[in-house]
Amino acid sequence: MNRISKILFTLTALLLSLPAWAQQRFPKPEFETGYLQPITLQAAPRALFLEYLDVFMLIATLAIATWFVVKKRSRRGVMWTSVFALLYFGFFREGCICAIGSIQNITLALFDPAYVLPFTALAFFVIPLVVTLFYGRTFCAGVCPLGAIQDLVAFRPIEIPKWLQKVLGMIPYLYLALAVLYAATKSEFLICRYDPFVGLFRFDAEFQMLLLGGLFLLVGIFVARPYCRFFCPYGVLLGWMSAFSTKHMKITPSNCIQCKLCANSCPFGAIDEPVEEQGSRRSNVQRLMTYLIFIPLWIGIGGLAGSMLHVPLAKFNKTVYLAEQLVAHPELKQDTEHIDARAFMQSGKSMDQLVTEAKEIRSQFYWGGWILGGFMGLVVGLTLLKLASHRTRNDYEPDKTNCLSCGRCMDYCPVKK
Amino acid sequence: MSDKQEHQKPNRREFIQKGMRLTLGASLAGVAGFAALKVSADDYVWQLDPFKCVYCGRCADYCVVTPSAVKCVHAYDLCGYCDLCGGYLKPDANARSTAAENQLCPTAAIKRKFVEDPYFEYEIDEELCFGCAKCVEGCTSFGNGSLHLQVRHDLCVNCNECSIARVCPADAFERVPASNPYKIKGDFSQGTASSNPA
Repeated sequence: MNRISKILFTLTALLLSLPAWAQQRFPKPEFETGYLQPITLQAAPRALFLEYLDVFMLIATLAIATWFVVKKRSRRGVMWTSVFALLYFGFFREGCICAIGSIQNITLALFDPAYVLPFTALAFFVIPLVVTLFYGRTFCAGVCPLGAIQDLVAFRPIEIPKWLQKVLGMIPYLYLALAVLYAATKSEFLICRYDPFVGLFRFDAEFQMLLLGGLFLLVGIFVARPYCRFFCPYGVLLGWMSAFSTKHMKITPSNCIQCKLCANSCPFGAIDEPVEEQGSRRSNVQRLMTYLIFIPLWIGIGGLAGSMLHVPLAKFNKTVYLAEQLVAHPELKQDTEHIDARAFMQSGKSMDQLVTEAKEIRSQFYWGGWILGGFMGLVVGLTLLKLASHRTRNDYEPDKTNCLSCGRCMDYCPVKK
Repeated sequence: MSDKQEHQKPNRREFIQKGMRLTLGASLAGVAGFAALKVSADDYVWQLDPFKCVYCGRCADYCVVTPSAVKCVHAYDLCGYCDLCGGYLKPDANARSTAAENQLCPTAAIKRKFVEDPYFEYEIDEELCFGCAKCVEGCTSFGNGSLHLQVRHDLCVNCNECSIARVCPADAFERVPASNPYKIKGDFSQGTASSNPA
């Protein structure tokens, strides 16, 4: 019985794969009535110069936002720039292309020899990072449409305890590492798939996508900019750049009068209060050294954990998942209702080929897991190290890594000259 | 990132800041440089290869725009103008007519027009088509395969990663240069193997 069904299935598969041999079963008739064959319409995609216009708009809004933050010190100016960016990059351009997603294009360009990188994707990745290296995260304040939409709903921001901020602040690193891992293994673009606001920008999306976006906006009323602070993977890169930026915005134009108004005004908890160093210098250095020594251990633990997770991580790859399914349930190969299995049988690939391919991808995930885990270990180690160090600070200063340069503190600062 | 130098003279901290800044700048330049080796001035859009397509019907369900930006197109060069059209009529159709119960298309998006005996022209009304590929399966299984799916670029929003490509069982979706964005099947009897340039 089984053999008969196999033969039948092969026959059907053969019949269905006939077009692949590119033959014309019924030749085109020679018409006698002067019938004119219609043309198959081919509507053109968006013109190329409009894509370049997007790059120009990015540079222009970024320049204006930076000028407002660093030079004019105007919160209102940045806010209106961000509203414009929300309208243009968000609602008009419908959220695509964006700098956050471009991480994956760059990764794919580095790992997939067949991938061709559009110039616009490269520009959207590099330009905000370069500007941030000089002027801080003005991109987050005035250009990013995802940031803008959240900034506008932050009506009642509550203060999140420092420890929780630190813990949640590690999610973006994990998200970044996962996004790079999945893009590098050519599995999928994680960031784009779970972009919470793109559905709102398009006024059209699956229910889950709108739910996610709505949820972020709802939470965003109380926790200012939750996506930016606790998820955004591009924010990680911007944070690194911003931490060492030369002309990052200052809260006061001259001398701080320690009024604490700025710290109260910052909805992101990104202002460091003045601290005095405690304890003797010797013990402090010793403590830091201990934390430093533990970093390789963190990296090792993380790497080991990451590599051990490579099997579940690889499940999200289409090929690996199909191979696993077909190995575990060989009867699925005959199931015509199972679209992926049917397509695989029609493709004429052998099971061995599929398994070899899946094994190769899995081994990529194994090494990727080591790197991902090691990176996360390093992040944990450095976060602890940073927590353990108390540097003397005399004034209220923006925490350059996490400051989004929105300019609220400048607005609240009573020192105007 | 090390904070060991906290009590040293400020210029030492400045030196570290400067060093880190240069390192970051250099690594950014490195990554961008490597990526720039693969850069193209052209833009890229998504298109599906009709020869790989297995007409599973997911194009109708997984597109981010509703209805799907994937539509059936008719490559007239390839059409046999059959009276008994596998793409238009249900396999168990009572008669070769335009009666609704005989039509394979769930939205009646294919218009059947008499040309001359015994030939009929089939035209797609793209307003009604939602890319379910039922006609594609019929035409490819029993006819020349002139009805096939294509991404319509006036409708497609060109997501960074096409959400249909992610689930396509045949890996038929690929990024193609925006200057040549369609893969319409050509006329096999003329010897053109795949798409025409247009």
